[in-house]
Amino acid sequence: MNIVPVNVSVNGTRYTRAVEPRMLLSDFLRETLELKGTHVGCEHGVCGTCTVLIDGRSVRSCLTFAVQVDGAEVRTVDGLAQGGKMNTLQQAFWEKHGLQCGFCTPGMLMVATELLENKPEPTDDEIREAVSGNLCRCTGYYNIVESIRHAVNLAKESAK
Amino acid sequence: MTATFPKHISPEGYIPASRQVEPPQKDYKWIGKNLKRVEDPRLLTGNGQYIDDIVVPRMAHAAILRSDRAHARIKRIDVSKARALPGVFLVMTGEDAKQVTGPTAQFASPPVVQYCIAVDRVRHVGEAVAAVVAENRYIAEDACDLIEVEYEDLPVVIDPVAAMTSTGDAVLHPDRGPTNIAHRHTYRFGDVDADFAKADQVVRRKLRWHRSGGQPLETVGAIVSHEPGTGKFSMYCNSSFLNYVGWLVGASLGVPAAKINLIPCVTGGSFGSKLFTHKVLTLTATLARAAGRPVKYIEDRLDNTTNCDNHGSDRLYDCEMAVKRDGTMLSLRFQVIDDYGAYLQYGYGTHGNSLCQIVGPYRIGSISMELVAVLTNKCQQGAYRGFGSEVTNWMLERMADACADELAIDPMELRRRNLIGADQFPYVIPSGNLYDSGNYPAVMDEALRIADLPAWRKLQAEARAAGRCVGIGMATCQERSVFSATEFWSLNPQEAPGFTLTSSPESAQLRVDPTGIFHVSLASPFWGNSPETMAVQIVAEQFQIDPAQVNVVYADTSSGFNSSGPGGSRFTVMVSGAIVGASLKVKDKMARIAAQMLEADAGDLEFREGKIGVKGVPGMEKSIAEVALHAHYFRLSLPDGDDFASGLDSTYVYDHPLTTMPAADRSHLGIFYPIMGHMCHLALVEADPQTGKVKILDYVAVHDAGTVVNPMTLAGHIRGGTAQGIGSTLYEKFHYDGAGQLQTATFADYLIPTLHEMPPAIRVGHVETPSPYTEYGIKGGGEGGRMGAPGALCRAIEDALGQYKVRCDEVPLTPRRIRELVRAGGG
Repeated sequence: MNIVPVNVSVNGTRYTRAVEPRMLLSDFLRETLELKGTHVGCEHGVCGTCTVLIDGRSVRSCLTFAVQVDGAEVRTVDGLAQGGKMNTLQQAFWEKHGLQCGFCTPGMLMVATELLENKPEPTDDEIREAVSGNLCRCTGYYNIVESIRHAVNLAKESAK
Repeated sequence: MTATFPKHISPEGYIPASRQVEPPQKDYKWIGKNLKRVEDPRLLTGNGQYIDDIVVPRMAHAAILRSDRAHARIKRIDVSKARALPGVFLVMTGEDAKQVTGPTAQFASPPVVQYCIAVDRVRHVGEAVAAVVAENRYIAEDACDLIEVEYEDLPVVIDPVAAMTSTGDAVLHPDRGPTNIAHRHTYRFGDVDADFAKADQVVRRKLRWHRSGGQPLETVGAIVSHEPGTGKFSMYCNSSFLNYVGWLVGASLGVPAAKINLIPCVTGGSFGSKLFTHKVLTLTATLARAAGRPVKYIEDRLDNTTNCDNHGSDRLYDCEMAVKRDGTMLSLRFQVIDDYGAYLQYGYGTHGNSLCQIVGPYRIGSISMELVAVLTNKCQQGAYRGFGSEVTNWMLERMADACADELAIDPMELRRRNLIGADQFPYVIPSGNLYDSGNYPAVMDEALRIADLPAWRKLQAEARAAGRCVGIGMATCQERSVFSATEFWSLNPQEAPGFTLTSSPESAQLRVDPTGIFHVSLASPFWGNSPETMAVQIVAEQFQIDPAQVNVVYADTSSGFNSSGPGGSRFTVMVSGAIVGASLKVKDKMARIAAQMLEADAGDLEFREGKIGVKGVPGMEKSIAEVALHAHYFRLSLPDGDDFASGLDSTYVYDHPLTTMPAADRSHLGIFYPIMGHMCHLALVEADPQTGKVKILDYVAVHDAGTVVNPMTLAGHIRGGTAQGIGSTLYEKFHYDGAGQLQTATFADYLIPTLHEMPPAIRVGHVETPSPYTEYGIKGGGEGGRMGAPGALCRAIEDALGQYKVRCDEVPLTPRRIRELVRAGGG
């Protein structure tokens, strides 16, 4: 099989790796780069657990090939906390019990990150729309919506 | 309060004395508080260490070739091309595996033989046919594609009723006799005939509950290393029942359990589906031993949906309720056919479970259940939140509504008339199980208060006036907690009783280090609930310390003590019991040491705000850290003798707080699931008769789980469980076509509710009726809303579509099914 070079920035670190063209981005992140924060739930693009941001846009990493991110900037849940400190969104999920088993959480955090970067003060409908493409089997979703709303408030408070 | 017994059970010595040490209190420092979960930071930062995140040196990867046939003989398997593929270490067929590994564990009696890779024949789509171990998963899957299998098709049995008359090649397990009926028996509790003779009316319904499943977002996996020198296995797994599964897997591998160390992982959801995970463990261990290197096997989604332990109950009911004209429910008689699929992993445990609350919250005097357990060419059943009792709850609620309709009594009023009174506890039901405590009318009142029923009625009237179909439904259901092991075998045939174990303990090891930090080691894992947070709250309560002073870890099986594992909503009650037991021993020793330091009498000391001090004398105290330092490093300052041996630690094994044996003649099943919670769910829905779409407009769920340790996390279970109940009622179904193909094997076809399918809110309330048998009066609440939602939703839809005479006697009620019902009603 051909081996193809991939140059990519993941969470601000530049990597050069040679991969098979068929390697999925989810496997590239988890196996090649050993970034285990991105989880794989269904491997057919439905559950959204494996969501990462590519150049700021949310993407299912199980439906993306590693070679497709050549030259791109990828962000994953592993890079959200800074200096060992959880960011506002993570803190909000903690305070509002936005997770139970935690398996879908990386995907939820990444779609919420995309939303809040584009819309720092989203409406309830916009929050619901943003997470409605991801499955959670534990929470019934309410506390996830509540957590994102809380993150907006925390961000506003800290901006004061 | 006096205990209430059915006529056929003698009260004499029936109820053992309570072993409760910590009675419920009015005020707690840490119990009942919404403590943030201590599990969360590592999960939120991508450091969860789930099974697939773990890497061990020299690890190879496995993939499984699965049957695309529902029922066939394996005539020939050619693995030569797969073996020749570069990067492949090992290919194993069922025949290869059988040479080294025996049948997998199961609890049916007589047994239904199952191997980790199918031998000679496949019995459902998705069954393992061969396994490959390779350098990486990609190569392993490539190799699977190179395996050639020649099958000879056999007749496929999918319909559970047709399965009852299968003959010849359509019989799945001929070694068990010439039939697909695995077990058929009528269980009677109380004088059913006499109660039916007293009835003014008999209400009959046929009901159908199709199979749905837990479908956690993480599948099952294992990483197994085998050490040829010692013969020891090291197994990372996401099983919940660590201390059972080692024995079971060891038996299959032909090694003593002592050779197996199971290492728990953080588990990405279970809902019952990861109780044992023994098939994956047995298979991975077999591969690792044969390959001579560690092997990781993680199910992909198709592996999981077609061959998992996810599939729940699949039942047909034919029910009769004997009632008086005033709505009094006298007796329930039913036949239940349950389609267990191709194997019988948990025996008839889901019906043993159902019988612990088979009369619901109602004063029904006698029960007759004919159980027909059938085998078909579907994936075997596993466990799913409720373990069969969620279906019985739904059946009872359907029957309550049917009685109300036929007697022209308001369904809420009919329920109220039949509820067990708050003064009737402990209440022994006809099957012999005991309900420890409760106040069912109070739960109903609280639900009606939160919903504001008059406002709902007004909204409904206005909507109807505008031509919209809006309905209201109520369910009043039991939520049993803290299973006893007898439920797994009490229904077995008398001549083949099976392994009649009676223990179901949980343990905790508690250690205070020299700096005064508390370390708790649990022998059961995290499976998506909040074990660490709960343990922290109980320890903090016991010692009156800051929760930040408590550290929780999980023991592997080589270092942990007895446990059963989370399941049957037992974790909080059982682990609290173990922690209380361990704490009392440590507190005694700390008090002895502090008494020496303070020159006081140990009996005069109390634990207060991180210190140990003399009661009534402020300031005369030592901090826990000071006492701990003394206990560890200043032995010569203390008297001789074991009472002052260095260190502060204790292990406590807590047995089930209240369980007894079934009667030898099975006239009752004993006390086996007595810590009884209760719930009232209310649903307001709108159904569109044109499209069959159901929209939930409002939803209220009030639960009584005794003393609540953490209201926030309990509410999380209630809402999440209700979401799964919505799924089972409206969307989710493992649908097999006539050829036995699972047509809903992906998440694109098996429809898990998204946020859009949820009501705008699930308004949760708690009523607290403490248990007289558990520490602090805690009851379990883990199975939550799924045990109540189906009943409430079905009635609400029925109410909404009343003009079309729709009866919701089958779930899931997909839009298509609702359209069929409306069409049949002239709509």
